[in-house]
Amino acid sequence: MIETLVFLVFAGLAVGSALLVVLHRNPVYSTVSLVVTLVSIAVLFVLLGAPFIGALQVLVYTGAIVVLFLFVVMLLNIGREEIAGERSLLQKGAAAAGAGIFLLMGAGLLWRQTSSVTLDELSPELVSLRALAGELFARYLLTFELVGLLLLVAVIAATVLAARTRPGERLSLDRPFAAEVDDEPSRPAAAEER
Amino acid sequence: MVPISWYLLLAALLFAIGTVGALTRRNGITIFLSIELMLNSVNLTLIAYSRLLGDHTGQLVVLFVLAVAAAEAAVGLALFIAVFRHRRTIDLNRVNLLRW
Amino acid sequence: MVFDLIATLIKLGVFLGLFLGLVAPIMVWVERKAAGLFQDRPGPNRLGPFGLFQPLADALKFFFKEDVTPAAADRPLFLIAPALAVLPALTTFVFLPFGPDVEVGGRVVPLIVADASAGVLLFLAIASLSVYSLVLAGYGSNNKYSLLGGLRASAQLISYELAMTLAVVAVLIPVASFHLGDVVAAQQRMWNVVPQAIGFLVFLVAAFAETNRLPFDLPEAESELVAGFHTEYSAMRFASFFMSEYVSMTTLSALAATLYLGGWSLFGLPEWAAARMAGLLGPHWLWMGLFGLTVLMAKVALFMFFYVWVRWTFPRFRYDQLMRLGWKVLLPLALVNVIWVAAATLAGWL
Repeated sequence: MIETLVFLVFAGLAVGSALLVVLHRNPVYSTVSLVVTLVSIAVLFVLLGAPFIGALQVLVYTGAIVVLFLFVVMLLNIGREEIAGERSLLQKGAAAAGAGIFLLMGAGLLWRQTSSVTLDELSPELVSLRALAGELFARYLLTFELVGLLLLVAVIAATVLAARTRPGERLSLDRPFAAEVDDEPSRPAAAEER
Repeated sequence: MVPISWYLLLAALLFAIGTVGALTRRNGITIFLSIELMLNSVNLTLIAYSRLLGDHTGQLVVLFVLAVAAAEAAVGLALFIAVFRHRRTIDLNRVNLLRW
Repeated sequence: MVFDLIATLIKLGVFLGLFLGLVAPIMVWVERKAAGLFQDRPGPNRLGPFGLFQPLADALKFFFKEDVTPAAADRPLFLIAPALAVLPALTTFVFLPFGPDVEVGGRVVPLIVADASAGVLLFLAIASLSVYSLVLAGYGSNNKYSLLGGLRASAQLISYELAMTLAVVAVLIPVASFHLGDVVAAQQRMWNVVPQAIGFLVFLVAAFAETNRLPFDLPEAESELVAGFHTEYSAMRFASFFMSEYVSMTTLSALAATLYLGGWSLFGLPEWAAARMAGLLGPHWLWMGLFGLTVLMAKVALFMFFYVWVRWTFPRFRYDQLMRLGWKVLLPLALVNVIWVAAATLAGWL
C-alpha cells in the first residue's frame, strides 16, 4: 500500500516535471525540471529493486550531466525562446505524433500484460551489489572496457571541439590548444578578437 | 504491489513527452533535454523488465546507457559551444546552412 | 515496525540536535576567534567572556536585517536557492554510523539513522546535489558577479567531486561494501589513513573544494567578486547559505573521519567504556551511543579546526590554477591511490 502511494506520488512528479521540461520557455527552468524528473525516476528505480542504479542516477546524471547543461546555458546566456506564430501547426502535428506513439505503445503493452503477471517478491539476490558486480565484471567485461574507451574518446572530442581558435587559424595536431599559448602578443587582431 | 504495466506505461508516457519536446522546440538545449528524458524513460523500462524477469541484465544495460548519455552530453554541449561561437545563436531554425 | 520508526526518530533527533544544531553557533565563534588569533589580534571579546555570545548577536542581527530581493531577479529560483543549499547539507549525515549495532530490549538496533546498504553512494549522491543551490543563486540574482560565481562554482564542484569519489572508491576496495558500518569495522586494526595517506590527502583537498572553503572559495571570493553567488542575499537567506556551508563542512569531516580515521571507534575504547558504565547509570546502548558519538565529534572537531586554520593561512587559488589542480594533480593522484590499494588488497596486505 505504501509502495503504491510512493509510486503514484513520484510518477506524478515525474510526469509533471517532464511536461515542464518540454513546455517551459526558459531553458534554465527546463533544466531544473529535468533534475526533478531524474530524481523521481531514481526513486522509482529504488522501488523496483535497483538502489545502486538509483543512487548512481542521482550521482552521475543529476550531479554531473545536468550541471553541465546548466553551466552551458548560463555560459552562453541562452535567453527565453520567442513565441512565433508559425510554430503552431508544426506543434500540433508533433503533439499528435507524440500522443499517437504513446497510445500505440501503451495499448501494445497493456494488451500483452492483460494476462495477469504476478511479480515475485523482491529477492535479495536481485538487489545485492555483489551479484550485480559479479555479472558486470564477468559477462559484461568487454562492454565495460569499451564504455571506458568511449568515455575517453568523448573527453578528447569535447576538449577539442570546445577549444578556442582565432579566426583563420586552424587547430593543428602538434598544438591543439593554440589559443591558450601566449604567442605574438603584439598582434592587434588578436586583441580585437578577445 | 504495483503491477509492472504501470511502470511501463509511465515510461511510455515519458517517452512520448520527450518526443514531443524534441520535435517541437527550437532551442537546442531544450531539444537535448527532451532527448535525455527519452533516454531516462528507456532506463525505467529496462529496470522494470529487470525486476520482472529477475535478471541483472537490465540494470547493467542502464549503467551503460548512463555512461553513453554522459559521453553524448559532453560532446553535444561542446558542439553547442562551438556552434554558438560562430553563429551567436542556439535557435536551431537559424542554424540551417545545410538546409535545402 | 513502530519500534524501528521510534528508534529512527530518536537517532535523527540526537544527530540533528547535538551534532548539527550546535555546529553553526560554535563554528561562528571558533571561526572569528581563531581568525583573530591567527592574525595577531584578539577577535571578538566584547560580548561575554572571550566573546562567547558573539554568535547570539550575529543570529539576532540576521533576524532583524531587511530582506532584499532584487527587482529584476528571477524570483522562484532566487528564493529556492538558499533552501536548496540547506537540504543536502542536512540530509547526508543519516548514513554515518556513530556506534556498533547495540541491543535495545532484545532487538538489534544499528546506530545509524539510515541503515542503507548503499550508504556511501547515497551520501555522495545527495552531496552532489548541493551544486544546484550555488548555480541557481548565481543565475537568479541577475547580477554579473553572482553569475560568474555560480559558473565557477559549478565547474569547481563537479571537478573535485571526481577526485573525491575516486578516493572513496579506494577506501571501499578492501572493505567490499558500501555500508559505512563495515568501513568502520574494517579499521579496527589500523586506521585507513596509514596505508591510504595519498587518498586521505586527495579527499581532504577535495573536501575543501566541495565546501567552497579557502583556498578554494573563488565562487564567493570577497576580494574579487564582491560576494560571488550570494552577493544579492541578505538577512536570513544569507544566513541559510552561511549555515549550510558549516553543516556541509561538518558532514564531510564526519565522512572523512569515518573513512580514514576509524569513525566512532578508537581501538576498542568506546566499547570498553560503555561496558564499564552499563548497569551503573543506565542501559548499555545509551552509553555506547554516547561514547561513540563523542569520539566521532572529537574527530570532526579536529577537522573543523583544520578547516579554519587553513582558511586563515593560505591565499586563494586563481581559477585556472584551481581547475589545473583538480584535473591534473588530484585526479592522477587518486587513480594512483586506487591502483595501489587494489594491488595491496590482491596481495593480501589490506
